Amino acid sequence: MSNTIHDMGGMHGFGPVVAEPHEPPFHEAWEGRVLAMQRAMGYTRLWTIDGGRASLESLPPITYLSSSYYERWFLGLEKRVVAHGLVGEDELAAGRSLRPGVRLNRKLTTEDVPRTMSRGDFERPAAAPARFKAGDRVRTRNINPVTHTRLPRYTRGKTGVVEAVRGCHVFPDSAAIGGGDNPQWLYTVVFTARELWGEEADHSIKVSIEAFEPYLVPA
Amino acid sequence: MAADDHHPHEHHGSELSDLQLRVKALETILTEKGYLDPAALDQIVEAAETKIGPHLGARIVARAWADPEFKGRLLDDATAAANAMGFTSPVGSHLIALENTPETHHMVVCTLCSCYPWEVLGLPPVWYKSAPYRSRAVIDPKGVLAEFGVKLAPETEIRIWDSTAETRFLVVPMRPAGTDGWSEEQLATLVTRDSMVGTGLAKSPAGAKSRG
Repeated sequence: MSNTIHDMGGMHGFGPVVAEPHEPPFHEAWEGRVLAMQRAMGYTRLWTIDGGRASLESLPPITYLSSSYYERWFLGLEKRVVAHGLVGEDELAAGRSLRPGVRLNRKLTTEDVPRTMSRGDFERPAAAPARFKAGDRVRTRNINPVTHTRLPRYTRGKTGVVEAVRGCHVFPDSAAIGGGDNPQWLYTVVFTARELWGEEADHSIKVSIEAFEPYLVPA
Repeated sequence: MAADDHHPHEHHGSELSDLQLRVKALETILTEKGYLDPAALDQIVEAAETKIGPHLGARIVARAWADPEFKGRLLDDATAAANAMGFTSPVGSHLIALENTPETHHMVVCTLCSCYPWEVLGLPPVWYKSAPYRSRAVIDPKGVLAEFGVKLAPETEIRIWDSTAETRFLVVPMRPAGTDGWSEEQLATLVTRDSMVGTGLAKSPAGAKSRG
């Protein structure tokens, strides 16, 4: 879902940013297990990184806000393993396996772990030339899909300038819903704060997003 | 699970232990069903705790400060330049380096989730993933910077990068004055995590001494 609580840019009321001095990588051991389970189950390729994000975004807003970061990851992972038929609700309730697992195409072994410590490559061959080039003025479309998107609400229907062409990449809006890679050109698009937030915004501030071509029209 | 056992005055503690049990149960189920190797999980946790971290990014920044030719390559293709450093685990695609100057200060956020260049900075801190930072970085960056104790010259343009795709951003902070002739190793001690996200500046030589 796109217009949900995860899309936070520009919201008010969350208070100051509080940094913790000398913060450890994990505050509790279970957080590390959740991160590792997320990586290991992601390795099976049963869902995409965007499918994973979508499962967090569709948590009830109150759950999303009242859960810690790794708690959200855990709740999303629980939902996903059930949705993909890997685990039954009855097994989660029982806290143990009640039947044999399904066959996976890939299982993460200790030999493969180093490979999961590098991010994947999301660039793909392009089917058509890029529609825009650096310097072009573009307008973001006003879209409100009920499925996953990476065009934040605060940047919809706004005019900006293409600063860079970043290559042709997996399109999250498709990949999240089982629509395959559907590669699209990706651009850095810069907006003035005044365009995003109105006449009274600070002149010295600019904001950029990484925008996929289907989000953009010429301005 | 045992929701009736929760009492308001001990909400936090009981919530955590309930969650710990559920996390343990899920790992047990996934292992029993043959989907997971717990030894692989141990390795991932160990790598996250001991191998990746801002010390990697600091080495990249220090080299960029010390070697203009490297800085050029870093700004041109940060993935390739970072991988030329020979870190244990290679940096994935689309790392982009952003050079802070007296004219422009770059600051990175992910308003939609928590995208972060963890291969070179380690796991993101809680504040980076928090609602206050994600909501305010794009609408009130000066207020956020003030909370981090950063005050920029009034003529400096602030540029916020919202990480909405699989590109990742590493800020190259300005090299502090008084560091002429410093080695890369010495320079790296001045490069903080926050300075590579854009919510901080590199430490001054005096500041580095006073903070050990």
